[in-house]
Parts: sequence; structure tokens; C-alpha cells
Amino acid sequence: MNTETLILILAATVAAAVPLIFAALGELVVEKSGVLNLGVEGMMIVGAISGFIVAHETGFLWLGVLAGAGAGVLMAFIFGIITLTLMANQVATGLALTIFGIGLSAFIGQNYSSVALDGLDKINLVGLSDLPIIGKLLFSYDPLVYLALLMFPLISWFLYRSRSGLILRALGESPASAHALGYSVIKIRYLAVLFGGAMAGIGGAYLSLAYTPLWSEGMTAGRGWIALALVVFATWRPGRVLLGAFLFGGMTIAQFHAQGLGIEIPAQFLTMLPYLATIVVLVLISRNANTIRLNAPASLGQAFHKEVH
Amino acid sequence: MLSIKLVPRPQPSKSMVYLSPLLAIGLMLVFGLIVFMFLGQNPVTAFHAFFIEPVNDLYGLGELLIKASPLALIALGLAVGFRANIWNIGAEGQLILGTIAAGGVALWFYESDSVFVLPLMFIAGALGGMAWAAIPAFLRTRFNTNEILVSLMLVYVAGMVLSWLIHGPWRDPDGFGFPQSRMFSDSALLPLIIEGTRAHAGIFITLLALIVTTIFFRWGLLAFQMRVAGLAPKAAGYAGFNSQYTVWIGLLAGGAAAGLAGASEAAGPFGQLDMAASVTGYGFAAIIVAFVGRLHPVGILFASLLMALLYLGGESAQVNLALPSAVSKVFQGLLLFFLLATDVLIHFRLQFGSSNAAARKAGAL
Repeated sequence: MNTETLILILAATVAAAVPLIFAALGELVVEKSGVLNLGVEGMMIVGAISGFIVAHETGFLWLGVLAGAGAGVLMAFIFGIITLTLMANQVATGLALTIFGIGLSAFIGQNYSSVALDGLDKINLVGLSDLPIIGKLLFSYDPLVYLALLMFPLISWFLYRSRSGLILRALGESPASAHALGYSVIKIRYLAVLFGGAMAGIGGAYLSLAYTPLWSEGMTAGRGWIALALVVFATWRPGRVLLGAFLFGGMTIAQFHAQGLGIEIPAQFLTMLPYLATIVVLVLISRNANTIRLNAPASLGQAFHKEVH
Repeated sequence: MLSIKLVPRPQPSKSMVYLSPLLAIGLMLVFGLIVFMFLGQNPVTAFHAFFIEPVNDLYGLGELLIKASPLALIALGLAVGFRANIWNIGAEGQLILGTIAAGGVALWFYESDSVFVLPLMFIAGALGGMAWAAIPAFLRTRFNTNEILVSLMLVYVAGMVLSWLIHGPWRDPDGFGFPQSRMFSDSALLPLIIEGTRAHAGIFITLLALIVTTIFFRWGLLAFQMRVAGLAPKAAGYAGFNSQYTVWIGLLAGGAAAGLAGASEAAGPFGQLDMAASVTGYGFAAIIVAFVGRLHPVGILFASLLMALLYLGGESAQVNLALPSAVSKVFQGLLLFFLLATDVLIHFRLQFGSSNAAARKAGAL
């Protein structure tokens, strides 16, 4: 393998990691507040089709990205009403959100499956983008890639360095205490859930506007679920989410290059790789029950009602 | 200003447990009519096309049965796990494995006209589904791994295995290269049970499962232990119930049911392995059936008929109203949303009151 191929693979890995970074960092914030939203896949795919339709109809790709975020927020709002206001089971509601999202996206996307779209342009910084190796590796992506990478320090700072982040984490550990201190548990959880929806929606829109600029039914292909697994794999830490996303991005790209390297495996087995790898990393990280117990937000998945607690 | 407050009930409402699914169905219908109106359809025509048209003849009723049968079967198996808080959401993958295993038997004994081919297919199907469900069970009991994510990931893996088989080793040699297996011989096909329909004998397996689960839930000590383990894991531990068993049985029951449903689909309506035909989404829809049916066999029976009607309605809406057939999935999702939302009324009651009145009262005091 020559340097050129290697750079190509690395750059493709970064691009493949982006939807996972958006979705998983969003879900991380949600889970830190004590809410488990299993509807990431549904929010992503509705974000993907909404972004695609708006970009196609208006001709403005960035409006599409905004629409993707907005659609994710709307989906997350449904989840919020049912689990936060009406205190329903979060696992079941998250599943419902995914089933609903997959159906809804197929419904509204019916007439868009053979439509072409010019994807988001890659940035072109005079001088920098033309540098050998570094230019391709660092300065030649579309802007959403940089936004995803920027979200990492922002979210890390928010969670661990800001007062609001501290409150959010405290709420995830002990909502009753946070409530006793006068914080509105439900309101803060709503904000976290809506933020997670926006992030998943952008992750979906990235798929249909930049990664492969087209719409096809079920195009998220389980990335929302992999994002959920990434949060567990990362033991709820943003840095490890980023690392995990690159790992899985690499896995997705490896399947395209394995055949080029002369590895004779049917394509289907290579496509399985990210899913199997998800299982393997989940096993590795959950093997020690304490790792999960000590790192997971203590109130994760439990409903909160101020008169019951 | 009118305000609505949720006030905790001292005791969960028994009647709401049964009323909330009906309420949810009602809300779904009302919401559906509004959506149809927004899409520029006459609501009466749309309603007729969606809910009446598909089942107003014998053939339609047969179609209803063959769609409801796998949904009910899988939901019954899933209910065993769900009652114990074991979240097997990978029934779709277990169904695909059941299809593969049963299809493998059918193709292996392609030349045979023995009466044992069919039973063997169903045994293989059940084992295939159980094997797929055993993976999350083993990882959960041995390595503490979340069964939701593992069972879900295996759905994608199962789809890829099927895709590989019908593109590769099991592809029909006379099929002009199409990615599908050859048609099974007659000995591997379920007999039809109602003249003039496609309703097949697979329905009897669902009925058998209905009886078995009813007895199991009603009288089985194990079912009781599993329920306790689900509701209060610590209490179950003190009582000496083995929580490992709960996980294994919860997952294997769903796997066996989904595998049987997969075998029944292969030997029933399809008669071959084919990507589009074998990946039906029944495994996911059955999750909704299980919840709407309140994890109760009789409830599941009714819920499966309703969900089957939603499937048929979607197909009919595509033909008669030129709407995408995915409209049925939208309805299915909505139904579960409304059910989860109305379930709040089991533990809480609504208190209507104007905030002015409350303020006055507070002032008087």
C-alpha cells in the first residue's frame, strides 16, 4: 500500500466517523442527564430525509442541514412528551421512535429515491489544502466534518467545565437531589433530549447531504444503534466517544479496501464487520460489571415525577 | 386559564390497563383521519380504502390471517421476555435465521417427497431462531452485555448471512442469476387450509403457541418467578430465583417463536428464500403487537389482527389512494406512541382545574 492509498483511507475514515460523532456525542449529553433515548436511529433517518428534501427543493444545502437538525428536534420532542411529561418507559418509547422514524422517512421520501443532489463542497483553503499529505489529511473536508470535530471540545467543556454541565450531570446522578436544590429536572432533561435530537438529525443530514448525497430507504443502516453502543463503549466520556467513532469509521472503510488488498471474502461478511465489532467492544467493556456501574449515570432510564420521588 | 395536572393514583387503575390500548387505537384513528385530510384525501374514502376494502372478501380475510399469524406468534414469544424486562428487540434477526434454517432443510431435501420434510423445517427454524437469540443471552449472562444492542446488531448480521446465501451457495442454478433460492418442492410447502385464500397451516402453530403461553403465564411457576425477577430483581434474588434462567428463557422463547414464524413464512406464502420476501419487518412490528396486547396472549391475538390490518391497509392505500405503502409503518409507530402516552393514566389521573380557581383558593387560605 502506498502513501496515497493510506491517506485516502484515513481521510475516508474521518468522513465515515462524522455521523457517529454527531449522534453519539448528542446521546452522551442526553444520557448524562439520566435519560436513555433509544430512538437515535429514528431521529437520524428522519434528519437524513428532511435535510435531503429541503436541500433539494430550495437548492440551499445548509438549509438542508438546518432542516435535519430541526427534524431531529421534533422527533426528540415527541420522545420528551411521552417519557418526560407522561413518564412512559424510555426503552419502549425509544424503540417506538425508531420504528416510527423509519416508517415516516420511507413515507415522505418515496419520491426522492432516484433524485441526484450535489453534495456539500469540501473546503479549499488556498495554500493549506494543497500541502502534500497534510493538505489532504487535515484541510480537505466539507465543513460539517469540522463542525463535528468542534463539537467534541465544546461538549467536553460544557460537561466538565461549565456550571450548567455540572447541574446536568448532577441531575443524571440524583434527580431527586437536584429537584430538592430547586432545579427543574424535567425542563433540563427536555433541553438535553432536544439537543440530542438536533445532533442526531445533523448526523443523519450529513449522510444524505455530504457522505453519499442521495436518499435511499434505511440509509442510516444501524448507525444510530452503533452510536448508542459507542456511548457505552466510551463509558460516558466524550474523548472515548471520539476515539470509538474513528474506530468504527475505519471499520466501515476497511470493507471497501479489503477487496482492493486482495482479501477474498464475500462482500456481505465485510459489511457485517461494524455490527460484529460493536458486539465485541460491548462485551469487552461490560465484562467488568463495575466499569458500567461506576460510569453510567445513576438515574439512567428512570422516569422522574416530583410528587412520587 | 385551564390547566391539566397529573396526580398520582394511590393504586394503579386496573380498568385503565385494558382501556388504554382502546384509547390509543381511537387516537390513532382520529390522527390518521386528520393526516389523510391533510394529504387531500376524502377521509371517508380513505378510511374505507384503508380499513374496510382489504378485508371485505374471503381472500382479504385470508390475507389478514397470514399476516396476523407470524405477528402474534413472535409477539407471544417476546412477551415471555418482556414480562421479565428482558428486551429482545432482535426478533427480526431471529426470524431471518429461522427462514434460513428452514429453507436450508427444504433445499437439502429438495428431491425428497417425505412427510418429514415439513416438521424438520420447523424444528430447524425454531433451533435457528433460538441459536441467534442464544448469543445475546450468553453475552448477557456471562459478560453482562446489554441484550438490546446485541440482539439488534445481530439483525443486520442475519440479513447479511441471508444475502450471502442467496447470492452465493444457495442461488437458484436456473434462476438467471437472480439473488434467490430455487422454489421449494411441494413436500416443503404448508398446505392451504381455506379454499380461495392463501391461508396456510402455519396458523395452527400460532394457535398452539397461544395455548402454551396462556397456560405458562396462568399457571407456570417459572413465569411467576420471571415476572418477579422483572419487577423486583432484588426480591427475586432473596427468594432464590435464578436470574440467569430468566434471561435465557426470556430470550430463547422469543428466538424460538421468531424462528418458527420464519420457517412458516418460508414454507407458506414464499416457498423460496428471497431477500425482499424474507425481510418482512414482522420482527419489529411484533414488538408493537406485544405491547398493544398488554403482553397477554388474548390481547396479543387482537393486537396482531389490528397490526395485520394496518399492513393490508397500507398496501390498499398504495393501490387505491396512490399513497406510499410505508404509511402503514407510520400508523404502527403512532399506535405505540399513543399507547405509551395513554399508559400514564394507569398510574396517574388527570386533574382539570383553572389556575385562577387554584389561585383564589390559595388566597382565601
